Amino acid sequence: MKEQLKFIQGNEVCVEGALYSGLGFFAGYPITPSSEILEYLSRRLPEAGGSFVQMEDEIASICAIIGASLTGKKSMTATSGPGFSLMQEALGFAVMAEIPCVVADVQRFGPSTGLPTQGSQQDVYQARWGRHGDHSIIVLTASNHQDLFYITVEAFNFSETYRSPVILLLDEGVAHLREKVIIPKQGEIPVIERLRTSVPEGVDYHPYLPREDGRLPMSDFGGSHRYNVTGLFHDMWGFPSTDPKIVHGLLHHLVDKIESNVNQIARFKEYFLDDADFVIVSYGSSARTALHVVHSMRRKGEKWGLLELQTLWPFPCSLVREKCEEADFVFVVEINMGQVVHEVKRCVDYPEKVYLVNRVDGEFITPTDIKNITRVILGRGV
Amino acid sequence: MDISIKDYIRKRFFPHLWCPGCGHGTVLNNLLRAVAELGIPKNQIVMVSGIGCSSRISGYVDFHSLHTLHGRALAFATGVKMSQPHLNIIVPMGDGDALAIGGNHFIHACRRNIDLTAIVMNNRIYGMTGGQFSPLSGKGILATTAPFRNLDPAFDTVNLAISAGATFVARTTTYHFKEIKEYIKKAITHKGFSVVEILSQCPTSFGRKNKLASPVEMLKFFKDTTALLGSKRLEQGPDLIPRGIFVDKEVPEYTEEYQKLIKRVQKNT
Amino acid sequence: MKAQHIINRHWCKGCGICVAFCPKNVLELDMEEKVVAVRPEDCIGCRVCEFRCPDLAIEVIVEREHERAA
Repeated sequence: MKEQLKFIQGNEVCVEGALYSGLGFFAGYPITPSSEILEYLSRRLPEAGGSFVQMEDEIASICAIIGASLTGKKSMTATSGPGFSLMQEALGFAVMAEIPCVVADVQRFGPSTGLPTQGSQQDVYQARWGRHGDHSIIVLTASNHQDLFYITVEAFNFSETYRSPVILLLDEGVAHLREKVIIPKQGEIPVIERLRTSVPEGVDYHPYLPREDGRLPMSDFGGSHRYNVTGLFHDMWGFPSTDPKIVHGLLHHLVDKIESNVNQIARFKEYFLDDADFVIVSYGSSARTALHVVHSMRRKGEKWGLLELQTLWPFPCSLVREKCEEADFVFVVEINMGQVVHEVKRCVDYPEKVYLVNRVDGEFITPTDIKNITRVILGRGV
Repeated sequence: MDISIKDYIRKRFFPHLWCPGCGHGTVLNNLLRAVAELGIPKNQIVMVSGIGCSSRISGYVDFHSLHTLHGRALAFATGVKMSQPHLNIIVPMGDGDALAIGGNHFIHACRRNIDLTAIVMNNRIYGMTGGQFSPLSGKGILATTAPFRNLDPAFDTVNLAISAGATFVARTTTYHFKEIKEYIKKAITHKGFSVVEILSQCPTSFGRKNKLASPVEMLKFFKDTTALLGSKRLEQGPDLIPRGIFVDKEVPEYTEEYQKLIKRVQKNT
Repeated sequence: MKAQHIINRHWCKGCGICVAFCPKNVLELDMEEKVVAVRPEDCIGCRVCEFRCPDLAIEVIVEREHERAA
């Protein structure tokens, strides 16, 4: 496939990224503002030889992609808030059974049915803690189409590397925006394929015994190794176990395989941070507004900078601490009542210098909003 | 020479966890015989189960086994089948699993006519959680959540499956072991969504509360209260529960149709 | 005809289904509530005990007359 220049919607960029990664199976259910992912893939996936199925609900959709992933296919579903809530139990299953898959949550304004056609960034904590029980998970986001393409490929790569579901936390602002994107030619950016076991047929295969590098090679359902997959705590063959040693070991493995790789998983962009007195931390569509503000402040001679997070979970704590160290003020810009701001406060040495800059009326946060709020915080009045 | 069903189980997990006299063991017993007689290689079979007593069956069989979430087995199985249409997928479920929490997936799998073999092990009770009534318990039974007798009418699994579009539908009981084997063989061979309802005894939670304290009594109850389709007994006993094959028809199967669709669109691009 | 009843005492949970439905009363539960073939000579080799056993604990090996002759 050659390099292609496109002018498309964010949801379609996500589709392009998934196809670039070798998506083999998609199951989904219509919900605003993510339905275009479902629509585009109903056309594009069979063209690429993959399978698409519109299921009876979001629960069925995520269950189906987990089943498909076990046969060796890269699998994905897409949804928004209410559907994302329905998917949590099965996401927990994918965490426990360590099954790679990607879930795009195009955030809309909630709670509940909320404002279905309007964007938000309110699902940051749900993406992290939506499931019951201790675990860790990878959550990625992006603010523009080019980054969204790369981050979608990264989502599939991480899901294969860490044998974990990865959540692509988009928001309506980016998903429904149309702008330029360059789809690179095949091979230009790395695509990580499923790591399959080299254990030959007839030799005992342990689906849940990590290699020295921590990775767990898989064997496709229908292949020569028959093993068990369950949401119960299980031994290295996948069979249920209540042995305290096994339970302790597995829970630690599920958390550590992600938390101990926080630096490898951290994706971010930085603008003018070297000498910034005022650091904005933002992500997704609100980072676009933030960047606009940083540019305009710099034109006025004020030293503003932006740290744009693309990995939200595991939260890149030491990165945030380091980037905010020299700042007099840290402004966290997000379209919610304050979610990432709590993480930033947790990570920096002086949490009292961290302020939330937000908007929660269903409208998109504007540069004027950011300027007005920060002026008040800085004691300059409006 | 008999094919040993022991070749199809994971012996190290026996004796199994089911209670003495639980009908689910008899289903396992004859399901293995069905698979053995069909001669399907073990690598070609995926068993997908949900949650509950019934779901533990997948841990005992030496197939690819996927023990999923309560009610969601058919949804997981749909993903497996869509991705690897050549595999044989057997989906044993309990009555609550299949028709309460999993009811939506059940009717939609019927509607799609996707080639899965659904086995509803109907013991009319939630056994694993201690004996609460299920949507197949029926009016008048006693359960831990129906201390004054159940008011909820029951689904008829067979009628529900037929109305929703299943293309192979059969019912039998754990007393009628030959029918279990025969119907499961036909269901696996059938191209399309097949449902085999097997009335199974739960002496511990259903029986004890409902004056059927022993597994033997429960089997006799199945013998006495059911009759084969087309039999004189059924004709003369309109209150008897019919057993037999209710539907067996050829209708285009979902994954085959999807493979055709892929070929068609790839030709046009 | 000669029948041999192979009983896995470890797997048998003593539910009594095989005992109750044996047409020739070949089987009984012992003191430990495990099945034993007390009258194997009466067995007609129908194997209903084997097919109904929920515990997969009994196997009947039937040797027919003509097989023995051969």
